[in-house]
Amino acid sequence: MRLTYPTSLRIIRVPCSGKVDIIHILRAFEKGADGVCVIGCREGECHFKTGNFRARRHVEQAQTVLDTIGIGGERAMMYNLSSGDGPLFAKYAEEIYEKIKALGPNPIRRQKKHAA
Amino acid sequence: MIIAEKKPIEEIIGYVDDCGKLLILGCNECVTVCEAGGKKEVGILASALRMYFLNQGREVKIDEITLERQCDHEYLEEIRDVADQYDAIVSLACGVGVQFVAEKYHSQRVYPGVNTCFLGATEERGRWSERCQACGTCILAYTGGICPIARCAKRLLNGPCGGSSNGKCEVNPELDCAWQLIIDRLKALGRLEDYEKLLEIKDWSTDRAGGPRKVVREDLQI
Amino acid sequence: MSDTARSKLQRILSEGHLAVTSECGPPRGSDPEAIKEKAEMIKDYVDAVNVTDNQTSVTRLCSMAACIHLKLMGVEPVLQMVTRDRNRIAIQSDILGAASFDIPNMLCLSGDHQSFGDCPQGQNVHDIDSMQLVQTVRMMRDEGKFLGGAEIKRPPNMFVGAAANPFADPFEIRVPRLAKKVAAGTEFIQTQCIYNLDKFEEWMKGVCDRGLHEKVHILAGVTPFKSAGMAKFMKKRVPGMDVPDEVVKRMSDTPKEKQPEEGINICVESIERLKSVEGVHGFHIMAIEWEGKVPEIVERAGLYPRPKID
Repeated sequence: MRLTYPTSLRIIRVPCSGKVDIIHILRAFEKGADGVCVIGCREGECHFKTGNFRARRHVEQAQTVLDTIGIGGERAMMYNLSSGDGPLFAKYAEEIYEKIKALGPNPIRRQKKHAA
Repeated sequence: MIIAEKKPIEEIIGYVDDCGKLLILGCNECVTVCEAGGKKEVGILASALRMYFLNQGREVKIDEITLERQCDHEYLEEIRDVADQYDAIVSLACGVGVQFVAEKYHSQRVYPGVNTCFLGATEERGRWSERCQACGTCILAYTGGICPIARCAKRLLNGPCGGSSNGKCEVNPELDCAWQLIIDRLKALGRLEDYEKLLEIKDWSTDRAGGPRKVVREDLQI
Repeated sequence: MSDTARSKLQRILSEGHLAVTSECGPPRGSDPEAIKEKAEMIKDYVDAVNVTDNQTSVTRLCSMAACIHLKLMGVEPVLQMVTRDRNRIAIQSDILGAASFDIPNMLCLSGDHQSFGDCPQGQNVHDIDSMQLVQTVRMMRDEGKFLGGAEIKRPPNMFVGAAANPFADPFEIRVPRLAKKVAAGTEFIQTQCIYNLDKFEEWMKGVCDRGLHEKVHILAGVTPFKSAGMAKFMKKRVPGMDVPDEVVKRMSDTPKEKQPEEGINICVESIERLKSVEGVHGFHIMAIEWEGKVPEIVERAGLYPRPKID
C-alpha cells in the first residue's frame, strides 16, 4: 500500500494490547518518551475477549498518575483499530504525532538535559 | 484477608519530599492480592516518584523491594543490611507491616503507602467487601454464618432494624441488609426458629474496647 | 417506689382504655419554650408525650432535659432513648437520671444511622441493641441491679416500650421480631406510621395468632399528611415506610389548599378502622411539626375527652 506515517513513532509489538500494563507506560515516560499510545483491536473483537478493555483501563490508570506528577495524562492515549486497516493506522499515527507535537517534549527530558 | 487501598501519590510525596534516597517496600501477602501494595504497585509508585522528582529537577534514588511478608521477623530481616541506607522507607504493607518495619528499624523514617481498610474478601476483581471485624468472640454460629457486627451498619445483634427495604440497607441502597441475608440463610437451613433466640448483650472486652489484644499460645512457645 | 413515678400511660392501658400518645421533637437550640409550646397545644388531648432522641441523627436538645420540662409542666413524658450514642455505662446512668425525675415511661430504640444526620463523620456506639436496652431497663427495674450485678439504691420504675415496624423487610420475621421484643420484656409498642392498613391488619393477625397482643400493648402509629408532596416523599424516600398508591393518589387528586384537611381526614379514618382491629390498644399520633392538629384528630376520632386517672 506504501502508506506513509511519521517516522518519530516507534512501534513496539505486543501479543495483545491487554499485555501493556501501567508500569510499561510509566517506564516509557521515565525513559523520556514524549507520548505513549496503546493501539488495541476494535472493541468486541479481542481474541482474548477483554484484552483491549483491560488496556484502556491501564491507560486511564497511567493518565491519572501522569496528571498527579505534572507530566500530563494526555500524553498517554488509546486507539482501537483493526489489524487489517492500514490506511486508518496511518491516519491515527498522524493524529497521534500531531497531538504529541502540540504538547511539546516530555518535561522530564527537559529537566534531564538541564541537569546535564 | 486484609484489604487496603493505595494512598494518593500527592500524600506520599508530602511525606518524602525532602528525601534523597528512598526505599519502596512491598508485601507479597494480602496487599498483593488486593492490588494495593505488591511488587507491581511498588514499581508503579517508584516510577511515579522518580518522574515527579525528575520533573522538579532532582534525581532521587528510589529502590524497590518486595518482601514475602512484612508482619514476620524473618522476612523483615532481609532488609537489615540496607535499611539504614535510605532517608525513608515507604511501606506498602497494611498497617501491621508498616508498624513492624518501624519497630524493627527504630531510627528509620517509615511512612505508610496504603490505607488499611478492613478484613474482607474479593467479590470480583476490583471489588472487595468487609466480612469480619475481628471482635474476638465469634457469633457466626448463631447468625447463619453471616456477621451482623461486620455487615450491619448498626451492628444489631437482634436485627433487622426498621430500615431494611427490599433486602437493602437504609444507609446505602447498594449495601445488602445483613439481617435479610441472615434470615434468607436461616430459611435455607430450615432453622428460621433460631432467629427468635435473643442474642445476649455482647462482651466487647475481646474487641478493641479491651485495649490492644494479644493471643498467647503457650503450647507453641519454646 | 414513689407514686409519682407510676405511669399514667400504663394505668390507662391496664384499665382497658384506648391510650393516646403523641410526640415532640426538641429544638435545635437551648430555648425550652419551643418544647413547652408544643406540649401546651396537645397536653389535654393525649396521655403521654414522647420526646425524640436526636431523631434522624440531627443534634438537638437532649430528650431527657426536654422530658423534665414536660414533667414540670404536668405533662407525662415518654423518654426515647437510642443505643446509637451511648454505651452501657451512659445508658444506665441516663436511666437513673431520668428515674430521679420520676420520668415514668421509656421507649427503647436503636436510632437512625448517623449518616442521615448532621454528623455523618461521627462514630456510632451500638454497644447494645434496642432489645438489649429493653432487657437492661427491665433488669434495673425488676431485679434492682446494674448490668454489672451490683445493687441499685432506689431502682428506676419505668414502663418500658419499644418500636415496631410492621412494614419493613423481611415481612415474614416482623411477627417473630415482635415476639423477640416481648420476650426481652417490652410492655408497650408504638408502631411505625400506618398507611397500608391491609398489611397492618395482616401483621396484627399474626400477632394475635401467637397471643402476643395479650402480652404487650400495641399503640398504632399514625401521621397525617400535610400535602401530596409529603405523601410522595414518605413513599419514595423514607426506608421502611409503606404508603399505598391509592393514598398518594387521594392526596394528589385533592386541590392544594384542601390537602391538609384531606390529610387529617385520612388520619381520622385510619384511626376509626384501626380501633376495631384486635390487639390495638391505642394510638401514637406523630404530627410532624404539626402538633397543633393533634387535638382536632383526637376529637374527630372520638378519643376525647381522655380518661381521668388518679
